Amino acid sequence: MSDIAQRAPEAIGAPPDGPGKASPWRRLGHVGSVFIEQREATIFVVAVLLVIYFGFISSASADFFTKADIINITQIMAPIAIIAIGEVLLLICGEIDLSPGFVYLFAPFLMHYLIDFYGFPPLLAILVSLLFGLVVGWINGFFTVTVGVPSFITTFATGFFLYGLTLWTSHAEPVPPSASVEGIGHWIGSYAWSMLAWTLVLVAIFHVILIWTRWGLYTIATGGNRLGASEAGVNVARIKYGNFMITAMLGAFVGLMVAFQVNTIDPSAGGFTAMFYAVTAAVIGGTAMLGGSGTILGAFLGSFVLALLLDGFNLMGISANVINMIFGAAVLVAMVANVQLARLRRAGRVS
Amino acid sequence: MTSETPGGAAPTPDGAAPAADDGEEVLRVEHIAKRFGAVTALVDVNMRLTRGEVLGLIGDNGAGKSTLLKILCGFQQPDSGRILLKGQEVTLKSVDQARSLGIDVVYQDLALIDQLSVYHNMFLNREKVRGPLLSNRAMRRLARQRLDEMGIGLTTVQAPVARLSGGQRQAIAVARAVYSDAKILLLDEPLAAMGAKEAAIILELIRDLNRRGDVSIIVIAHNYGQVLEITDRVNLLQHGEITLDKLSKDTSVQELNDIVIAEYRHALEERQRLEERQRTA
Repeated sequence: MSDIAQRAPEAIGAPPDGPGKASPWRRLGHVGSVFIEQREATIFVVAVLLVIYFGFISSASADFFTKADIINITQIMAPIAIIAIGEVLLLICGEIDLSPGFVYLFAPFLMHYLIDFYGFPPLLAILVSLLFGLVVGWINGFFTVTVGVPSFITTFATGFFLYGLTLWTSHAEPVPPSASVEGIGHWIGSYAWSMLAWTLVLVAIFHVILIWTRWGLYTIATGGNRLGASEAGVNVARIKYGNFMITAMLGAFVGLMVAFQVNTIDPSAGGFTAMFYAVTAAVIGGTAMLGGSGTILGAFLGSFVLALLLDGFNLMGISANVINMIFGAAVLVAMVANVQLARLRRAGRVS
Repeated sequence: MTSETPGGAAPTPDGAAPAADDGEEVLRVEHIAKRFGAVTALVDVNMRLTRGEVLGLIGDNGAGKSTLLKILCGFQQPDSGRILLKGQEVTLKSVDQARSLGIDVVYQDLALIDQLSVYHNMFLNREKVRGPLLSNRAMRRLARQRLDEMGIGLTTVQAPVARLSGGQRQAIAVARAVYSDAKILLLDEPLAAMGAKEAAIILELIRDLNRRGDVSIIVIAHNYGQVLEITDRVNLLQHGEITLDKLSKDTSVQELNDIVIAEYRHALEERQRLEERQRTA
């Protein structure tokens, strides 16, 4: 694991093979310090603590480990985790996307229009909806990279445009997905475990892309030192365009997935909330908001933590109004723990 | 003032320059000009580099040295003028393209990525891959081997470069360029930020490359003593033009200093004249 550059391997000067004739305790200490060195460590600990709390301590423990509840958690987690993948890539290369929640909103409507009004075959309509995500990502890239508008503004604008477009074209009315698309819909979102399966597959793929491919290396290089990366011959514009396109397409995919799962194409779905959950998951998972470092695995754990909080407090019967307060406070506590542990990591590095 | 200062004999593109005529010419620069908006960086640069030669490029801050190097490595394009490699005119459109023609560079800012490891930095944009995946093990081994060869003692190549000292960072950047199999190496202030011990490593490396004879080097530096020690020839860039071209053995720290002091004096007089004119107006 220590071959991964941005995961903070052992300090310079440390013996390459770890402690030599180590006692079991020292060995345990070594394993412990290697664990703390991983940036996903804090959020992992937070997730474990929450599982223990909701599963054994809280008033909801009887309902917590049921199959239905686990499925519910995965279905809360999936949209957050998948959009967070894109946000991690963008945050690493120094940008942010506020619009994926609105691509999420419009994509299933687009599928519905294409099938029911234009007679597209279901699979083609789904592909066009995903391609639409790519186009939105390209537009975000164009205005941010080529024109030079900050991504915060670019994606705010495209988000609002898509919001209006959805409400205008749908007359703000929900519709069920067409019956002809039901078969594919099962695989995308409505089988009990399909959302979890997609989440795991996408997290695994993008984790590998970030850690073990040139694309990931150049994404880190772009956010770490944009001028330096381009002086070394890295096409930083291409990296940013690409990551905007990935993020928007993941947004479109999540929109379709949720529409199939709830069997409704809902004009109040997605939006800024979906995006903010994803960015929060990324940041509490250890991704820097200033670029240059981040982890997909951490964002996945971050989205798991958010899903646990939303599901657990709900099971405890806390009223919907109070949940928001607790949720806000819990996220803050998780982030404080993260910052403190990062400080500990840096201190360990110096000694 | 010496006769080589402005108004004196500038080297002509057809080879009447006083130095190193015997070697095979690998690079020739003719009438290169470059403006950035209202600022003229390079007016009319003519320069030549022979095989195996170490050419020192000196000049005041803002004389255009770095701009010239950025043009030669393909990072920036000149407004006019020609670049010839072994007599063939080339247009250097990108860093990648220049690299494929055998030109590599160490930038003044080093172009290192703090968050990436030493070996990822050394192989940035020329990674070893197996299919779509990075071959980290191979890169680690090669990085280790090369740094050892250069005598740069790092205990691990896996640390992010953020944790290295200024000199170590410089050494990584130099190693990256040296091991790219470049035939023409451009070094922008390779000894800046270096302690004496680290500078010695880089100087030795440059000498070593020079001895091998097939690599030609253009090096920008401010320390004239070091420049004259490692270079075969020096060019002085003043106000966007090469105003002096001498073999290193035919000039001295004293002469180079005198030129620079003269330039300062000239600038000072200009200023005083300007102030006087403003006062009278």
